[in-house]
Amino acid sequence: MAPTKHTLVALVEDKPGVLNRIASLFRRRGFNIESITVGSTEEARVSRMTIVVDGATTAVEQVRKQLEKVIEVIKVADITHDQMVARELVLVKVKATAQTRSEIIQIVDIFRGNIVDVSSDSVLIEITGDEDKIGSLLDLLKGFGVKEIARTGRLAMVRG
Amino acid sequence: MKMSGAQILCECLVREGVEVIFGFPGGAVLPLYDSFPQFPQLRHILVRHEQGAAHAADGYARATGKVGVCLATSGPGATNLVTGIANAHLDSAPIVALTGQVARPFIGKDAFQEIDITGITGPITKHNYLVLKAEELAAIVQEAFYIARSGRPGPVLIDIPRDVFIDEAAFNYPEKVSLRGYKLTPHGHPVQIRKAAKLINECKRPLIIAGRGVILSRAFQQLRELAEKAQIPLTTTLLGIGCFPESHILSLGMLGMHGTAYANMAVDASDLVIAIGMRFDDRATGKVSAFAPQAKIIHIDIDPAEIGKNVRVDVPIVGDVRNVLQVLNEQITPQTHVDWVRQIDDWRRKHPSNVIRDHDGLLPQYVVSKIYEVTQGDAIIVTGVGQNQMWSARYFGYDKPNRLISSGGLGTMGFELPAAIGAKVGRPELTVWCIAGDGGFQMTIQELATAVQDNIAVKIAIINNGYLGMVRQWQELFYGRRYVATPLSSPDFVKIAEAYGLPGIRVTDKLQVVAAIEEAMAHEGPFLIDFQVEPEENVYPMVAPGAALGQLIEEPRADIEAKVGPRETSNL
Repeated sequence: MAPTKHTLVALVEDKPGVLNRIASLFRRRGFNIESITVGSTEEARVSRMTIVVDGATTAVEQVRKQLEKVIEVIKVADITHDQMVARELVLVKVKATAQTRSEIIQIVDIFRGNIVDVSSDSVLIEITGDEDKIGSLLDLLKGFGVKEIARTGRLAMVRG
Repeated sequence: MKMSGAQILCECLVREGVEVIFGFPGGAVLPLYDSFPQFPQLRHILVRHEQGAAHAADGYARATGKVGVCLATSGPGATNLVTGIANAHLDSAPIVALTGQVARPFIGKDAFQEIDITGITGPITKHNYLVLKAEELAAIVQEAFYIARSGRPGPVLIDIPRDVFIDEAAFNYPEKVSLRGYKLTPHGHPVQIRKAAKLINECKRPLIIAGRGVILSRAFQQLRELAEKAQIPLTTTLLGIGCFPESHILSLGMLGMHGTAYANMAVDASDLVIAIGMRFDDRATGKVSAFAPQAKIIHIDIDPAEIGKNVRVDVPIVGDVRNVLQVLNEQITPQTHVDWVRQIDDWRRKHPSNVIRDHDGLLPQYVVSKIYEVTQGDAIIVTGVGQNQMWSARYFGYDKPNRLISSGGLGTMGFELPAAIGAKVGRPELTVWCIAGDGGFQMTIQELATAVQDNIAVKIAIINNGYLGMVRQWQELFYGRRYVATPLSSPDFVKIAEAYGLPGIRVTDKLQVVAAIEEAMAHEGPFLIDFQVEPEENVYPMVAPGAALGQLIEEPRADIEAKVGPRETSNL
């Protein structure tokens, strides 16, 4: 079965209004975007966007072609079927008491996450990985009481 | 030598070959207007509302094939352009819209007449710019014109703050445009073209659907060669009208909601649709899932995003229509398709969609056909939107390209008069008829003053039926004849003409029609005729919204049935 989540990578010129143009395009065409991540690249004045689209509700090829039409978009590739590395960075603040703190730390260790801040009633955890790994960790942490989550959305790069 | 931003802009416009600017001044663009006297090559035409400026630039662009230019001040001036820009966007008309903006220090402060026009026009332009430095202006203007006219054409807006017009900078005009993210695909893929040729050579009931892309790429010869070589019947979209002579034996006229019966029947029965420079608009396809149910579809278009957007496509070819057809035609073997052509001729005989019935009253179709006769077809017809548009599309035999100028995608009532003004300014040697409805005409009626002030000799035919006619027709057919908000009172258009300073006459009898048209043509300047036509005349045939093309509603016609026998139900 073909995956329904598609990962598109777009290289765009870093000019004012580009993100607005792309966001407006998604809204106007009714494209359902799960996540969009923007950052700088190895080349000055070029930004890289990683966009995750649900192929079950949105025509991914239309998304790619419509993105290509934006003048500042240099290149768009659907790398879903390529050998790729996909990662997401998540910060989670979890309720922690003296009794639960060590259990939480143990779990985080297993997932190779980091405790980046500790307070009297919570810990702040940093975790990097693919969505499966992050999903499993978050499930485990739910039981302790999650106070806050911040996620970057998917970043992806083709191997080799 | 340093120049002001305003001078830089004017110099760029001159270099782009701009001859005319349709505009309306205001505070933010005053420094620009002040420099116009230094550039006498740039003719400025003062409109009465900025919407008129955008439509006039659009009409100019369609009539000439060049980029049209409109100009407005910041705030309300810019927002008034919006409808016209959207109209150009949906119909792929190359225009450059220039707007003033408040001075840079005021941007973002909700200053007087400040509006985020680049934000507003993002979804309705091919591209837009906010110029933040006079040094960047020349390169931006050059890019804007290049983007507007290349590939699939469209509107580009340049927003220029007041103090950028005043700032001085060296005139730095790049030798050529370089845009990393703007790729054109002028040539079709040879493998795809070969596949298309194979389908064309093997099919039994081919049909060409040609659109505005044929006109934009000037592929008339190549289209004709394809149709004639393989004897392929051809229908056009509304905006494709004129890309192939309608008097040609293979022409079926327009397809779609108000297309000819035989064109729609041909789509329904075809086994191969060759769609060329068109985008499968819902007004052309009817119910998409029932469109051309027996056909494979070849789609040739310059915009990759149009492929597969609305209908399934078997052979997509992305490229400039003319280039693609040139290569394709070499691979086509001559054919005749005798049975298929004969079948279509039979439909043509039994469903003569363009025959006007005998009637004592004044029929709108009759008016359009007489404009055709008097002008001998050698005129540009600029229409409004609605019934007047459909009658203009159907009852004037278009044999030349760029002779029908009409708002297809956006369907903008009020387009007709300002677009006709733009067309006449661009092609002064041609007769330009503006065919308007009494409703749409009142939306931009103020542009009569523009035509009079600059003596722009548009001939105006108001198809006056006292209703918002197309909406009334839908109410008659689909809303139990409940005419809600469609009966329309109008001013005395003859007196309106007189008040604006142009001659106007009223026609109520069919016997006066030809003389009135001749009088309008003999007059040197703009001229208005108020044709008071049958109030409840409908446009037939009609495909109901959401219905398949084969499900036609045809005009009840005793005279035709007497000739050809009862017409079978056309629900094929």
